[in-house]
This record gives sequence, C-alpha cells and structure tokens, in this order.
Amino acid sequence: MCLAIPAKIVELLPGEESRALVEVAGVRRHIDTGLLQDERLQLGDWVLVHVGFAMSKISEEQALDQLQTLTMLGENEAVMQEVKGYGLSDHDRKAGP
Amino acid sequence: MKFVDEFRDAGVIHKAADEIRRLADLGRQYRFMEVCGGHTHAIYRFGLKDILPPNIDLVHGPGCPVCVLPMGRIDDGLSIAKGPNVIFTAFGDMMRVPGREGSPLEHKARGMDVRIVYSPSDALKLAQKNPDKHVLFFAIGFETTAPSTALTLMRAKALGVTNFSVFCNHVTIIPGIRAILDSPDMRIDAFIGPGHVSTVIGCRPYEWVARNEGKPIVVSGFEPVDVLQAVVMLLRQLKAGEAKVENQYKRVVPWEGNRAALKAMAEVFELRSYFEWRGMGFISQSALRIRDTYKDWDAEHRFAVPGVRVTDPKAAQCGEVLKGVLKPVQCKLFGKECTPERPVGALMVSSEGSCAAYYNYEHRKHETLTRIGAAV
Ligand code: SF4
Repeated sequence: MCLAIPAKIVELLPGEESRALVEVAGVRRHIDTGLLQDERLQLGDWVLVHVGFAMSKISEEQALDQLQTLTMLGENEAVMQEVKGYGLSDHDRKAGP
Repeated sequence: MKFVDEFRDAGVIHKAADEIRRLADLGRQYRFMEVCGGHTHAIYRFGLKDILPPNIDLVHGPGCPVCVLPMGRIDDGLSIAKGPNVIFTAFGDMMRVPGREGSPLEHKARGMDVRIVYSPSDALKLAQKNPDKHVLFFAIGFETTAPSTALTLMRAKALGVTNFSVFCNHVTIIPGIRAILDSPDMRIDAFIGPGHVSTVIGCRPYEWVARNEGKPIVVSGFEPVDVLQAVVMLLRQLKAGEAKVENQYKRVVPWEGNRAALKAMAEVFELRSYFEWRGMGFISQSALRIRDTYKDWDAEHRFAVPGVRVTDPKAAQCGEVLKGVLKPVQCKLFGKECTPERPVGALMVSSEGSCAAYYNYEHRKHETLTRIGAAV
C-alpha cells in the first residue's frame, strides 16, 4: 500500500507546472510533481512515485538498486500497475499534455 | 521467490547477519516491531526471520492502512455508492476487503459501478470525463498517501469539479504507535520505523518514542540490507543503553520530511478527535477529516453516511495480531476459515497484512533456508 517505485523523468510538461512524464521499464505515464515543488526537478532526475505522485527525489544508483529489489520481490506487477495506472494513463498519454 | 544470495550485495547481507549475531545478547529476548506493512511483506518475502538469531523476534505492527480500517467504514462508503449515478473508486488494495454485505468487488458483480483507480488524480479525471455522474473516491492510507489526496482535492476545488468527492479514511501513524505502546499486553524493545511514511513526516515526529518511552527507533528502507541494518542499529543502541531516533533510509528520507506535502495536508485536512482502528478500538486524534473549506468535496458532508459499526467475528483475532500480541498462525481462523482466497479479516487481504504475508511465504521457509545455507 505504501509502495513507492522509482521512475525517471523523461519530459517536464511545459505550461503544466506540476506534471511530468516518467518512464519505468519502457512504460510511460504522467505523474504529478506537485509534492516536490521545492525540488526544481530536471530532465533525467529519478523520483519515487506513489499513487501517481512524486514523493521524493533519489539518486540514479538508488533508483536502480530499488528496481532490482522490486523485481526480486516479485513486485513487477505492482510496478507495472504503478506506472500504467489501470489503463487510465493510456488515455492520459493520447490526450497529451 | 527470489533469494538473498542472488543479490549483488549478498556479502553485505551475510556481514550484517554476523554483526547481528555478535551484538545480540544470548541471555535475552528481543522484540522489535516493524511498524510498516511494507516491511512485514519484505521480511516474509526474503525470509529475513530465518537470518536472525532465534532470540530476536520481529513483531508486525499496525502499519497496513487496509488492515486497520474498520469494516463499518467500507459499508459506509458502499452505502453512498448505492445512490443513483455514483461511481465508486478505490485503490486495488481495497477491492477484496469484505464489508458486511461483501467487498467492493462483490458489489461490482451485483451491478454497482465500482472502478479501481491507481491514483486519486485518476478518480478526479474520471469525474471530469463523466459530468453526469458523481465520482466517489474511497481514500485510505497513512501520510504516504494523504498528501496525494490533499493535492487532488485542491485541484478539484481550483478546477471547480463539483461531481467529485472523497470519503476520507486517512490515518496518521504516530497515534497508532502510541496506542501500541499504551497497550498493557505489549512489550516491545524497539521499533523499525516506516520508510515511505517518513519521506513525508520526516524523523522528528518519532522523537517522543525515544525520549518519553525510552525505545530506540530506526527509520528503515525496504531492501533486505536495509531491514538488517536497522536491526544492527537497534541492537547497537540497546547495547549502549541508548534510545534515539536514527535514520537508516537517509538516501530517501529527509530528517525534516517533505514540506510541500505537509503543507498540502494541512491545507485540506484536520485531525479527527477520534477514529476507530480495526482491532484496536478508538484512538484519539489518529485520523484526518476534510476541512470545512473543502466540505463540498467531503463525501461525509455531502451524503448521509449511516455510520455503520460492525464487530468482527468473535473467533477472529485480528486485533491481537495487529498489535503483535499474537502471531498470525495463533489465530483460530488462520488457514482454515480465513485464507487469502476467502479472507475474514483485512490482515488476510492486503499483501502487506501480516496474515497474508505469513500465509503466502512462510511455507517456503525451507526452500529459503537451503539457499541461504548454500551461500554461507
Ligand atoms: S487469520 Fe484472518 S481472522 Fe485471524 S487474525 Fe488473520 S485476518 Fe484476522
């Protein structure tokens, strides 16, 4: 329930202060970065994502470590849900920013 | 099941295990409570209990938001959804949690419009897409999740989305820990503090545990090395006769927490004077309600909520298991009337509930032992 997964910011959406496109394992989705407004996020930064919101900024090394752990935990499915968001993100993507 | 020795840092794990054996005083019994369900899950999944010496007992705490939610709240939420044109949304974790007349999923099978959302913002989007319906979001979670609900409500208000409301069941972790410490049948030597909750609240709120209760607490990450390192840190404190808050998860958890998240929570929520925790009774100031400034988005304000109270079946011992007084297998229903397929209590539903974790992983113990044995 309190699972948070690392994701890499691949696009900061212009004109939309608190939205970013992230990628994990080739899957992309929009997330909300409103909880990290003090962090000045940049392209390529890694963040921990929980229920569609970025919770904290982390290092790439830490991110990769954690992804490995999640794979070992067999949490891949949870990770995918976290990224895809039960299909709603598809609409999200097509609709664009 | 993946195994400890597949880790890049298997060596570190074995070193930590050695250090634990060295530090642990053979003449005494240790009881460490991992507050967070994420830890419980990781502990069983990796078979960490088997790495620890037998005199260190890891006791599972109340940190699984699905598990501490009283059944009546589910019934209350579902009763709103029985109204016309309502879409009931909740996280996947909630879907199989039994209410008195069945789980949200069972209500869906009976025709209720129930949808899994992965984020509160997805629920808000659903409301925007369905202006002729009312979208109810059944919010649960500790401080990890509450800021996301808060931000979503702030958006809903800013955007003027009026066909959206939140049935708020957010709870706060500190009163839960306090209730454990106040419980007369409880004897805990130290705490492994929750990692992701602490990204929001930071480490400061735990200081009273150390200062007033004299119990060490180490905020910890979720990898096997993290949990073992937290155990090492706790043992070191106990050996030195200290009690302080330490942060093992510094790479993720800032001491001060996440200020923007705390601000969003303060804007939208206030403390309820009391809230019922399943199996633990009413705990004062332990949950959040939506402030009057957001009452138009508060399902409890907009709809008549019956305020159902349901007592758990007598034989179910969820409360004792939740407080760490009993092990899951000591519940009379464990593995018999109560299984992950047919859960009686919520501890058997969520993968972070200790009963489900125990049920799913404990029987693979021997397999794990063999693997670890091979690597030593
Ligand atoms: S086995 Fe079922 S009834 Fe017993 S404590 Fe666990 S969840 Fe509750």
